[in-house]
Amino acid sequence: MLKSHLAAQLLNLLAAGLLLISFAMLSRRRTQRLITLFAWQGSILFLSTCLVAYDASLTELYYSAALTLIMKVITLPWILHRLMRRLGAQWDSEPLVNIPATMLVGLVLVIFAFGLAEPISMLATTITRHTIGIALAVILLSFLMMITRRKAVTVVIGFLAMENGLFFAATSATYGMPMVIELGIALDLLVAVFILGIFFFQIHEQFDSLDLHHLETLRED
Amino acid sequence: MRVLTFARQFGEVVLAIAIAPLFAGWIAQCRAWLQNRSAPPLTQTYRMLRKLFHKDAALAVDASPLFRTAPYVLFGTMVLAAAIIPSLATDLPFARAADAIALIGLFATARVFMSLAAMDIGTSFGTLGARREMMIGFLAEPALLMVLFNAFLLYGSTALPSLVDGYASHPSVIDPSVIFAAVAFVMVLLAENARVPIDNPATHLELTMIHEAMLLEYSARHLALIEWASSLKLFNYACIGFALFLPWGIAIHGADGASALLIAVTALIVKLALAGAALALIESVSAKLRIFRAPEFLAMAFLLAVLGLLVHLLLGVSTHA
Repeated sequence: MLKSHLAAQLLNLLAAGLLLISFAMLSRRRTQRLITLFAWQGSILFLSTCLVAYDASLTELYYSAALTLIMKVITLPWILHRLMRRLGAQWDSEPLVNIPATMLVGLVLVIFAFGLAEPISMLATTITRHTIGIALAVILLSFLMMITRRKAVTVVIGFLAMENGLFFAATSATYGMPMVIELGIALDLLVAVFILGIFFFQIHEQFDSLDLHHLETLRED
Repeated sequence: MRVLTFARQFGEVVLAIAIAPLFAGWIAQCRAWLQNRSAPPLTQTYRMLRKLFHKDAALAVDASPLFRTAPYVLFGTMVLAAAIIPSLATDLPFARAADAIALIGLFATARVFMSLAAMDIGTSFGTLGARREMMIGFLAEPALLMVLFNAFLLYGSTALPSLVDGYASHPSVIDPSVIFAAVAFVMVLLAENARVPIDNPATHLELTMIHEAMLLEYSARHLALIEWASSLKLFNYACIGFALFLPWGIAIHGADGASALLIAVTALIVKLALAGAALALIESVSAKLRIFRAPEFLAMAFLLAVLGLLVHLLLGVSTHA
């Protein structure tokens, strides 16, 4: 239970900011902007985790907030930026995305997520239970981004954003997962980004672009 | 008491008319600084108006009375809008007469007259500008309405003064939907006032212009009135934004003596200075969008405002008991 009403309001505000950034991600064509937005999302996550940690006086959550700061605000964006530079893809953008239609689908997804989370949040007892709906919406929106985008890097950013949504659900609704699990997830993410980075190089070498639709055609050789 | 209320109303309108060009000049100055140009003085917009008022008006041969009356209608609607918006105090006789939805109608009236006047002469530029203006307008209006609905839901009223009063009685409330509404509102403001991502106010040459294309045929006092009306429109939009999102310092109903009004004027000037600098920053860092990207930009504003409504319904704090 959050002690102060003000903290609950601030957490709601941060949750809304998270959703706003998810929509901004959906609407951006430039890959580099997406990485910046991902870093912003991470910093909002850091703030919200700190807030929950302070309010529920859980020292453990401070560690996971620090982990978030190091991983999602500094390391992962840095790795992605570096990858983009190495691949010479800084100015990549995706021309074939119908953004208003995507945003409309996103809006429907948000309504769906809010509806879906309603019975779940009835069961919860914390003041911040309504943020479950927002976390679910963030997850679904990242999923939508992974489906609609064609560049490999943007798909990976969608994947990472999805993890952000899950993490937010965990901290805001249940005050975080056990430290072991969190450390494991953080390591998994780091490893995943490394492996996917190797994939980027392979895809780039094979097709001279990071466009994933090259992978859809079967070749007989 | 009645006389005092009307005096307050009169003072507010006069202040709005007087400092609207100053606000526009301040934005131009900030833009010049940010772009490493030497800035024009703050009085530049006034000098411009003075010069235009001293010139002889040239009218096209085929101009109908509509063409000549449109600037006056435009200026009149903007002054009326300034009277409705609670920029200094909420106890305004005019403000009680019309709510925020009527206010949008007022802006729409101005837009229709401007477009008709632009098409009146029959030049291709005027028609082109009018058509683009109507396109932007019909996309921006629903977005603005949705932004207003956010605030209406929050405080349970459609009149701007009661929104400000409602905020004053619940100052500690931070509603998450406000972020969405504020972002959407800034986008609508940029689009409606012909600012950079949609239109460039400083161009007379490009084929991409919207607002300037409509008033190419105007000269002298007509042009001066239109320029003044557009700076008033920007001022009005800024004041709507302050009333919705930053209503600190506005003298509320019942507590609006001389000192409260003095505070309100100071607060307004500080807010205008900050908002002008922020607008100039936004305009300097963003590139002008292609005209066919404009619907996308405004659709985004609309969706954000709708999202604000949804977020309010999910986790909003209801304040109207």
